[in-house]
Amino acid sequence: MSEFTPVAVIVEDEPQIRRFVRLALEEEGWQVYEAETLRRGLTDAATRKPNLIVLDLGLPDGDGVDFITEVREWSNVPIIILSARTQESEKITALDAGADDYLTKPFGVGELLARVRSTLRRLHRTEEKTSDVIQFGDVRLDRKSHLVTKANQAVHLTPTEYRLLTVLAVNAGKVVTNRQLLLDVWGPSYSENSHYLHVYMRHLRQKLEDDPAQPRYLLTETAIGYRLMLPI
Amino acid sequence: MPPTDPQRPDPDALLAQVMEQERRASRGKLRIYFGASAGVGKTYTMLNGGRKAQAEGRKILVGIVETYGRSETAALLEGLDVLPRKEIAYRGKTVTEFDIDAALARRPELILVDELAHSNAAGSRHPKRWQDVEELLDAGIDVYTTVNVQHLESLNDVVGGITGIRVSETLPDTIFDEADEVVLIDIPADELLARLKAGKVYQAQQAERASRNFFRKGNLIALRELALRRTAERVEDDVQAYRVEQSIDAVWKTDTALLACIGTGISAEHVIRTTARLATQLNAEWHAVYVETPQLQRLPEKRRERILKSLKLAQDLGAITAVLSGSDVAHEIVNYARNHNFSRIVTGRSLSRWAWRKPLSQRIAAYAPDLDLLETGRGERREEPTEPQTTETVETEMPVPHGKKGRYWRYVWTVAACVFTTVIVTPMLGHFDLANIAMLFLLTVLLVAIRFGRGPAVAAAFLSVAAFDFFFVPPRFSFAVSDFQYSVVFTVMLIVGLVGGQLTAGLRYQARVASLRENRARALYEFSRALSGALQTEQIFETTRSFVQRSFRSKAIVLVPDEAGRLQLPTDSSAGIPHLSVLDLGIAQWAFDRAKPAGIGTDTLPGNRFFYLPLVAPMRTRGVLVTEPENRRWILIPEQMQQLDTFATLTAIALERVHYIEVAQQALVSMESERLRNSLLAALSHDLRTPLTAVIGLSESLLRIKPPLSSVQRELAQALHDEMLRMSNLVSNLLDMARIQSGEVKLNLEWQPIDTVVGSALRACGMLLSKHEAHAEIPQDLPLVRFDAVLIERVLCNLIENATKYTPSGSRIVVSAKVNDPNLEVSVHDNGPGLPGGQEEAIFEKFTRGERESATPGVGLGLAICRAIVEAHGGTIGAGISPEGGACIVFTLPLGTPPALPHIEEPLNPSS
Repeated sequence: MSEFTPVAVIVEDEPQIRRFVRLALEEEGWQVYEAETLRRGLTDAATRKPNLIVLDLGLPDGDGVDFITEVREWSNVPIIILSARTQESEKITALDAGADDYLTKPFGVGELLARVRSTLRRLHRTEEKTSDVIQFGDVRLDRKSHLVTKANQAVHLTPTEYRLLTVLAVNAGKVVTNRQLLLDVWGPSYSENSHYLHVYMRHLRQKLEDDPAQPRYLLTETAIGYRLMLPI
Repeated sequence: MPPTDPQRPDPDALLAQVMEQERRASRGKLRIYFGASAGVGKTYTMLNGGRKAQAEGRKILVGIVETYGRSETAALLEGLDVLPRKEIAYRGKTVTEFDIDAALARRPELILVDELAHSNAAGSRHPKRWQDVEELLDAGIDVYTTVNVQHLESLNDVVGGITGIRVSETLPDTIFDEADEVVLIDIPADELLARLKAGKVYQAQQAERASRNFFRKGNLIALRELALRRTAERVEDDVQAYRVEQSIDAVWKTDTALLACIGTGISAEHVIRTTARLATQLNAEWHAVYVETPQLQRLPEKRRERILKSLKLAQDLGAITAVLSGSDVAHEIVNYARNHNFSRIVTGRSLSRWAWRKPLSQRIAAYAPDLDLLETGRGERREEPTEPQTTETVETEMPVPHGKKGRYWRYVWTVAACVFTTVIVTPMLGHFDLANIAMLFLLTVLLVAIRFGRGPAVAAAFLSVAAFDFFFVPPRFSFAVSDFQYSVVFTVMLIVGLVGGQLTAGLRYQARVASLRENRARALYEFSRALSGALQTEQIFETTRSFVQRSFRSKAIVLVPDEAGRLQLPTDSSAGIPHLSVLDLGIAQWAFDRAKPAGIGTDTLPGNRFFYLPLVAPMRTRGVLVTEPENRRWILIPEQMQQLDTFATLTAIALERVHYIEVAQQALVSMESERLRNSLLAALSHDLRTPLTAVIGLSESLLRIKPPLSSVQRELAQALHDEMLRMSNLVSNLLDMARIQSGEVKLNLEWQPIDTVVGSALRACGMLLSKHEAHAEIPQDLPLVRFDAVLIERVLCNLIENATKYTPSGSRIVVSAKVNDPNLEVSVHDNGPGLPGGQEEAIFEKFTRGERESATPGVGLGLAICRAIVEAHGGTIGAGISPEGGACIVFTLPLGTPPALPHIEEPLNPSS
């Protein structure tokens, strides 16, 4: 990992939240810039060349989704959104518009940092080109040989299950929306068949998790999507 | 995302419509056992059919069966449930009839009712048994019944002609044609005669007599043919209906529509029945019209009655009836035929008493050579059944222009006019020629004709001729006539008088008809205008009442139902409103429930004082209009009925309109309040959560600060953090409760496995469970269930949180699930102290905690929210028995039928 200070921009109108997020990030070695409004945030995003944007969806001076759409037009910078608890549809829209991950208020610093770290890792990975071998717990996925093993025993996955696992693995650490998964694994005509997805995720959990009912890696983000959480 | 289920409260329309359709679909099935005559075995077969149905396990009730002492038939009643008959006192005797109320109360699946065409004794609900059966069918009860061929309305006269005996109990053909099944009981004539001889049909002496009169072989053969043919027609109808599309049928019908002309003669009935039969054979629509001319207006009572009866008969046989008025019968008929696109006209054969007056058929042919014309034969002569004469004075719809008293005055005036003319003319005698005087008399006659009508005109003509002759024509003062020319004058005067009178009489008649029509149209216009301005139901009531009073000279009232669909008695008891007893209200309720009129002139309780007309609007029936006409007969005239019907429809539509205004207003209000509430909740949510997030975050930062805090400071920061977490949960619960309280819980239902949400719930409560041991016991192959993941996760979190609150550290908390048809059961149980005894139900109430004044913080909203969410899914929640001795809460979710799962593919074989 090259020696560089990652830059983050926080777009949030509540000063106390800005404060503790800044504290947490600075602890991790980030350089943090604060923006109170969306306009200011856009300017910062354009001029500061950030490696991460933390965006609150409830800003009074505009729709956070518009911000995401605009930024995505000229940058791939990872965006983590902050959202109030019950607005699932809001989060899904933002994720589909290009946000990478989300945090639900109220959230803990630990959660925040975990998300930030996995975002960073993904950044490095894409720079180094995607790894062919992904490992979580005692599960090993070899993309070249299409081999999946758990505790060194071969695991038999159906083609669809394999595809599903791969999509999650490629986006490891990041939440992938249900819609996106259905699109990538089954195709456009299956966008309404979310039960397919749930059933196959259950199969994957049963085959790959130690305790399928309390998964550690194949996490469910209720009503939003799924996430393959790699150990830190 | 799949679409969400709407949970809006349904106003009325859709629900009522669906119920209406369901009701029609759940009508009972009618099976008719049809035979050529008594004794073929209809009742016997019907009873056998009933026994068979009972053997198959259906609930059978024998409504009423006449065995006539035939032992074999009576034997079949063994083992069947027979309904006791209702006793009615009639003219000092006790008569037994079918007890329809008891039958409805018993609600059998199938009921056997013999002799469908039977007339019920006075005092029964319906005059005819087939009307009772209609009610049974409407209630969803299947019916088996029997009918003889001579009971069919359309065949009644034909059978009468064959057998010489005409049965008075008849059944409208529509009932026969609309029956679901008709079973023809057919035996050859010889066999029937043999049965008769063997005493199986009637007892000995009766049998003897019967075989001489009715049961002659020729009769029986003819009757058998009739029965067979009628059944064949029905079968053909079924086949037609099965093959032919609706639209084609309609076009076809208009091509061969028939028009029957009803006159005042006794052949009217024959014309009607013939046309009905023809219409059935051709599968065509038919109308029946009666043309009222000025002469016919003055018919004796009996003939008018007969006309009304003929019209009613035509209606029963399926025709649309109309009464036309005009001076030329043929002309009116042809106009009507042209306007309605009729191709065939059916008239009776009339003996023209006037040689110079062509019969009706020829006149019609002259007017419309392109129309087909059918002239029926005279039909047999039959005695008119004597009916009890009514002593009510009949007021025709068109009151005679002058009352009885007025009549005499007219003649007095006529005489006066002639005298006057004579007196005036006398001095002129010397100066003027007689011709001029004749003109003056002529003028008088004409003026009298114009002013006073035909009768006085004729009288004036004669008087003038007499006066002229007596006073002016030489020799004066005698009736002799010297010059023959004067007879010309006399004749001309007479003719002028007659023609003038006739003409003016005709003109007046037309004028009166036109003005009546105009009045009717104007009344309708004013009524609809008044109604369209009404914005409240009270206004509608008042408007309807006053208009009905004015136009029909009846007291009227509109009854509307309350929420439960029961009509309310009016509280107003002013003079213009009929006084209804509780019984009358019951009849009104009946009319409302069935959307059929009752009372005067209908098939249901025609002896009642009032006429009940249900107000049927496009969406549903809105109420009942009860009228008490001053003159009962007036209601029976078809034009009045039509007018009243139109009034009723207008009222119903107005009521519906007002109703929907209210509904729209309510919808607006509730939409507004929902919008307000949602924006309030959203704002609250944001405003409450933001500082909470800040404090939680800041306290965490405090805990991680470098250099690290002292242990005391760490404890304080940790306490801060934990309390804020609890606060956050409380806020979530409060906001959820607010949303649920308003009744609007929108479920985002998806088919998914329960273990998905169990896993995420356990993870979400990770921090709470830090001091406990959490396990999930979910079998691998549970079926998919339909639920809202976010809400059920909430339920699980609340239950888990409760478990952590009320159990000591280190306890086990287990979430498990299992299938318990027809539900999926999910339980959260622990090995802690358990629920306080007796509180299993109470803890689900808001603001209840298990122990009073306990040290554990938290308002008891959690479980109340769980219950609201679970019940919104159609499940239940309650305390269960914990296998480990502690508390256990179980909730259920209905299983339903999951959608097809993707097929199982073959596992990938790892390459190399």
